[in-house]
Order: sequence, then structure tokens, then C-alpha cells
Amino acid sequence: MGTNGQTQASNAHLTTPTRLTGAEILWATLVGEGVTTVFGYPGGAILPAYDALRKFPIHHVLVRHEQGAAHMADGYARASGKVGVAIATSGPGATNLVTGIATAMLDSIPMVCVTGNVSSKVLGTDAFQEVDITGITLPVTKHNFLVNRTEDLAPALRHAFQIAVSGRPGPVLVDITKDAQQGTAIFDFAAAKPRPYRPHPMLCVEESGLAHAAELIRNAKRPVILAGHGIMESGAMEQVRTLAERAQIPVGLTLLGLGGFPASHPLNLGMMGMHGEAWLNHAIQEADLLIACGMRFDDRVTGSTSTYALKAKKIHIEVDPAEINKNIKVDVALVGDLREVLEKLLPLIPGRDGSAWLKTIDSSKGAVAVRDIKNLPDDGHLYAAHVIHDLWRITGGNAIVVTDVGQHQMWEAQYYHHEKPRTLITSGGLGTMGFALPAAIGAKFACPDREIWVVAGDGGFQMTAAELSTIVQEGIKINIAIINNGYLGMVRQWQEFFYEGNYQSTPLLSPDFVKLADAHGIAGRAVRARAEVAGAVAAARSAPGTFLLNFLVEKEESVYPMIPAGSALHEMIRRPGNDPLLELPDDK
Amino acid sequence: MLHTFVAYVEDLPGVLTRVASLFRRLNININSLTVGRSERAGLSRLTLVCEASAEAGHRIRASLFKLENVVDVDDIAQAPSVTRELALIKVAASPRTRSQVFELVEVFRARIVDLAPESLMIEMTGVESKIEGLIQVLNEGEERVLEICRSGKMTMRRGHHTSSVLKAMGAGSSESPEPAEPDSEPVETLEDAAANEPE
Ligand SMILES: Cc1ncc(C[n+]2csc(CCOP(=O)(O)OP(=O)(O)O)c2C)c(N)n1
Ligand SMILES: [Mg+2]
Repeated sequence: MGTNGQTQASNAHLTTPTRLTGAEILWATLVGEGVTTVFGYPGGAILPAYDALRKFPIHHVLVRHEQGAAHMADGYARASGKVGVAIATSGPGATNLVTGIATAMLDSIPMVCVTGNVSSKVLGTDAFQEVDITGITLPVTKHNFLVNRTEDLAPALRHAFQIAVSGRPGPVLVDITKDAQQGTAIFDFAAAKPRPYRPHPMLCVEESGLAHAAELIRNAKRPVILAGHGIMESGAMEQVRTLAERAQIPVGLTLLGLGGFPASHPLNLGMMGMHGEAWLNHAIQEADLLIACGMRFDDRVTGSTSTYALKAKKIHIEVDPAEINKNIKVDVALVGDLREVLEKLLPLIPGRDGSAWLKTIDSSKGAVAVRDIKNLPDDGHLYAAHVIHDLWRITGGNAIVVTDVGQHQMWEAQYYHHEKPRTLITSGGLGTMGFALPAAIGAKFACPDREIWVVAGDGGFQMTAAELSTIVQEGIKINIAIINNGYLGMVRQWQEFFYEGNYQSTPLLSPDFVKLADAHGIAGRAVRARAEVAGAVAAARSAPGTFLLNFLVEKEESVYPMIPAGSALHEMIRRPGNDPLLELPDDK
Repeated sequence: MLHTFVAYVEDLPGVLTRVASLFRRLNININSLTVGRSERAGLSRLTLVCEASAEAGHRIRASLFKLENVVDVDDIAQAPSVTRELALIKVAASPRTRSQVFELVEVFRARIVDLAPESLMIEMTGVESKIEGLIQVLNEGEERVLEICRSGKMTMRRGHHTSSVLKAMGAGSSESPEPAEPDSEPVETLEDAAANEPE
């Protein structure tokens, strides 16, 4: 990784109050907050900050588009659990961050974005490159600050970090006027500490609620645990696992919950929802108890809410009181940090025999479904599912996979079996195309020793492909798998199912991605047949630098099963009978 | 149903935008919003009235609390409380026709606060229905109503906890042990009379 040539430790600032410029205060505060890497792009209004950067032990990754900076900070946060930091200039630099900020907001990712703004004297005058970025980002940040006095900078930044990580995490933006960067103030890191974090006053985990929940669990005949992103945010992997194992309750995961419960665990039923496993969606519809852990009953997991799990009582363990009864009415709400709540609940949960229900679910699996791609004869076609399956096998399920948005994202979720938390990085709530490549760069900076794979579609990859040159400039190694189907595949699938196959504006011409990589000095290879997959993946893994694989897959394959938006969870569109990826018995 | 929220918010630029933006995002129309200083230094107190489903109250309150600058939120719901609104009404009235307006003002316990050759201004404080009653009668009369300026509702819970709302709110709020006492009829109580006392 590149280093900052003139880096010099300046931690003395952190202990002794010193007069510094606002620009220096910015970096000194970030150092104090433990930041070592930031992702950004300079410009006039943030230039004072950039000028001061060389004095501080912070590595700056120069991105190619500010959206990339935001996604990198996001990927960094998702991979590490720490706050990601993005930085941009005023006006277009700031607005370019917005998609990345919204992506982080919808998925509750802790992130601090710093933007420069015009000098306070001309704020509000439509000065050159002035934009009201605090106004623009108000609905897509947890909070934001406009700092126009140097002395306010350190407290605002420290407060921003506190807000980003506390409660339900999220992005915070700090907009700093140019004169606030240029002015000076006494920097006192300790004194700039924010007031103690105030937990949401409506958090509420009552004894009676715990007792009620425990009773429901004890008496349930057909319970299912629904686990979401909250497992990771709260670090409740052990607690969820203990609950599941002790009470023998099967676990279904949301897209962002994947990895929170080991894929190979016998109680794991896989992913729920729109493209979730049929047996799990059926189990949810048949359940008499749902234990929702750190998930928000998003429409992509419930299908039509009026027909959702009508036979089930519902326990909702969730840190955000505003999520309670928002989409689905629940019987018991335990509003607090998932791990803390489960720690209180577990002593009330005795061992339980769940075998009858587990058997029922298991038999429904046998009937409908386990796809066994591995044993399918090679019919000369290359399917995305093959690619993901082989990728999973060859990497031993140990890579951090960063996906883009579309069909390939769902195939990744279905065929790459994640054993550990923070090994799937994907934009769930906003579904932001162009996320994968920059988020993977961020993840690599968070976990330099980990194997990172980008799984992107031919469409989404082109949205942020310019970050290839960031990779080269930084000298990092990432493996890139483009699932190239020549279409905006997920949209094409909807057109096939719901718009009579009118493929309006979804066929997509792409550059030769291998040549594109080559133009950046990145090695690559095209893969056209199943037989070539393993060799190509191995070549990518063993290459010293970033390697790009262009998988030319079957063009008009669809993701199954699928619940049409607004339909009930059990009203799935199943795989057509003559599909070559026919569901065969499991080979486990 | 009609929801009434009382919130203490930090007295800083942009805070009202954040509150208003939340309601915009939830697609809830704000019927009335009043803001002013409170008994707590650095905090403004606002009363916000909106129309939303009965279940929405919980989520609105929880969402308000998520705003960094919001310190306390009370969902008044059916709790015993006093709600008042201030109205300034300018009526065209010549010296000749004034006396009819004077009479009305007397009946409604309003006040005349400005007198000009061709018009006069009425100040009235009370519950919404009372103010609307006066406006209706004025509209039915001969004199033309020139301008109406209404403050929107201000609400305070009855009882001791009103000045230390924190406690009441800490307890969670919308439900109150005391029986509900709807404030809809313009029944004059002691407070009502006091509220209408001239300054
Ligand atoms: C920024 C953005 N624009 C549009 C969409 C809508 N959208 C969702 S999936 C998709 C197609 C993605 O195509 P591709 O990247 O080739 O992936 P595939 O579905 O083919 O695997 C589109 C256009 C989106 N999610 N994000
Ligand atoms: Mg595609």
C-alpha cells in the first residue's frame, strides 16, 4: 500500500492543547479517533485541509469519483466494523457523495463524510461551487453539521464519530467552510469530547417482555429465528447461535444477515425473502413463532405484509424503536441491543426438542429443492450459478465477497455459503449499482491480509469502473469477477416475467473488460466455459496483483425462486422444469 | 386521528427543518406547529399537531427522538391537557359600525388591540372551536374580515408534571393514569378565564 511520504507523528496535539489551523484540527481529530485511512478527492474548498495532510499519519486514497470515496469508506466500515471516512470538496464533490451516503444510511453503516464548503462570508450567495450539502443530505444522514468556526470543528467531528457508531449506526456529514479550515483555534482533543451518548429514550427491555418471549419460545411448535444485519452490528453471533442450538430453532437470514450464522450449520435455512430459499419462505408462512433478531421486516423479505406469517406470534428484538410495528405488527418487542437482550433472554430458555418441526422443514427441502450444481453435467453453457459455486469451493468460503446489485448479487447470496460475519459486503437497502468495486477497495484497506473478491454485473461494473486506476495507484490486490450476461439482467428478468419480455433498454454493450483491465495495467482473462472456471479462479488468486475475470455467462438466465413484488411469501415463481439448473437432491 | 406532540429541541439553526423534514418524509401533513422559548435554557419548545393513523404515534415519537437535536418528545394523545391558540383578526369597521363588533368581542371574551378609522384588530385566545366560532360569526356579520393570523395550537399537560415534562415523558407518555378530559368543548374552566384576563 502506498505511504504518505512526509508522515510524521503528531500525537502530541492529542495530549497538549495547541493552537492549530482548522485544517490541522481536522486531521488531528481524525488521528485521535483512530482513523488511519481516508478516501477522498480534493478541490478548492477543501484545499487547506489537503495542504495540511502531509503532517499527519493518515493515508489518503485518491479515488476517481467521489461516489467511489463514499462506497470505499462504506466497504471499509462493513469489513472492519470501524467508522469509514470519506472526504470531498464543495459543490459537485459533495453531491457526488450523496449516493454513497444514502447507501450507508439504508444499511446502517457507520461513516463520517467530510466536505469543504465556501467561506462563511459567502455562504448562501450561490458562490462558485457552493451547494447546500447539509440540506441535501439531511434525509440520508443520521445527522450532519455545518461548521463555520474553527473552534467548533473538533467538537463537531468528535460528535460525528459518536453519532455514526452509536445506537443504530449510520452516516454523518461534516461540512467545513474554507475559512474555518484556514482559521486557528486551540485544539484540545479531550475537551472536544461529546457529551455522553444518550441511548434512545424508548429502548425498553422489560422483565415481563423477556418472560413473555421465553414463554412463547418454550411453547412454540414451529418457531423460526429471522436474523439480520443487527447480528453483525451488535456482535451477537454467539448469542443467536446459542439460542438456536439450545432451543433447536432453525435460522433464516436476511441478505445483510448472511455470515451472521454459519451457512454450514445444520439449523441454517439460508436466505429468506424475494429470492430466498423456498423451504424457508414456506417455513415462515407455516411458523407459529418468529423471533426477529436485528432485522426490520423489509418489503424484500416479507412480500405482501397482509399475508405474511399470519399463523405466527412475533418477537422483535431490535435496537431502533422506530422499527417496531412499522411493517409487521409484533406481539413482543424487546427494544435494545441484540446481544444484550439475548444475554438477558438466554437464561430463561431451557433446552427444547425441535426435531418434529425440523424434520418437516427438511422434508420440504427434499421435495422442492436443493440445487446441486456441482454434479450437473457440463452442457457447454456457463451459468453464473456455476461461477459462484466454484468460487465458493475454491476459496473455501473464506474470501470477503463484495457484490454489486442485480442477478449476480442474488446468485452470490444463494451459492456462496458464508460462514463468518463481515464476509459478504453488499448494498441491500438502497441496492446501489456501482457499489462493488469501490466498496471492495475499502474492504481491502480494512483487511489487507484477506482475499477479496468483487462479484459484479456487466452493468454495475461500468458505473464505477474508473476506480480500477485507484487500485493500480494504490498497488492493492483484489480479484474481480464480472458476471457478464450482456444485459441489465435483473431488470431484464422483470421484463421477462412482468412486461411480456419487452427488453426495453436492458441489452447492454460493454467494452472488452479484459482489455479495459489491461489498459490499467491489470491482468485478466475471459472465461467462456465451465471447464475453464477453476483454472481462471486459481490464476486470479495466485496473481501478485489485481486480476479481472470476465465470465461470459448464459444471457437470459433468471434468478429463482422469485416472489413477485407485493405477492405473498409462498407465492413463488419456481424454476421452469426444463431448466438445466434443475433442483436435484442434495449431495452434502 | 389527530396527534399532538410536544417536543423540546435545541435552539440552533436548522433544527426546525429537521423536524419538518421528518414529517415530509413520513408523508404526514403538519396541521399546526408553534415554536418558542421554553423554561429550559437553550431549548425551544414546540407543539406539533398532525393527522395520522392511530398506530403512527409511536413511530413518529420514536423517529423524533432519533433526531440529534431533539431532547424530549411527549405524545399528548388523550392525556388531560390544555390547548390554546392565539388569533389576531382584522375587521373592516367604521366608527359607525364598530359597536356590533364590540359586542361580539365581549361575548367571546376576546379583546380589541388596535383601532383605526376603517378597521380594528381583535385578539383572541382560546381553543380552536372558540376561535372558529368567532370567525364564523364575524363572517356572517356585515363587517368584512380583512386578515386572520392564527398561531397554531400550544399544548401543555395538566397537573404538576407540566413544568418538568421530562419525568412524565420518561415514563413513556401517551397513556396517563388520569381519566381523559377532552378539550374540545369550549367549556370555561378557571384556567380558561385566567387565560383571557387582560394583561
Ligand atoms: C444505480 C442504480 N441504477 C439502477 C438500478 C436498477 N437496477 C437494479 S439491478 C439492475 C441491473 C443490473 O445489471 P448488471 O449490473 O449487469 O447485473 P445483472 O443483473 O445482469 O447481474 C438495475 C439496472 C440500481 N439498482 N442502481
Ligand atoms: Mg448483467
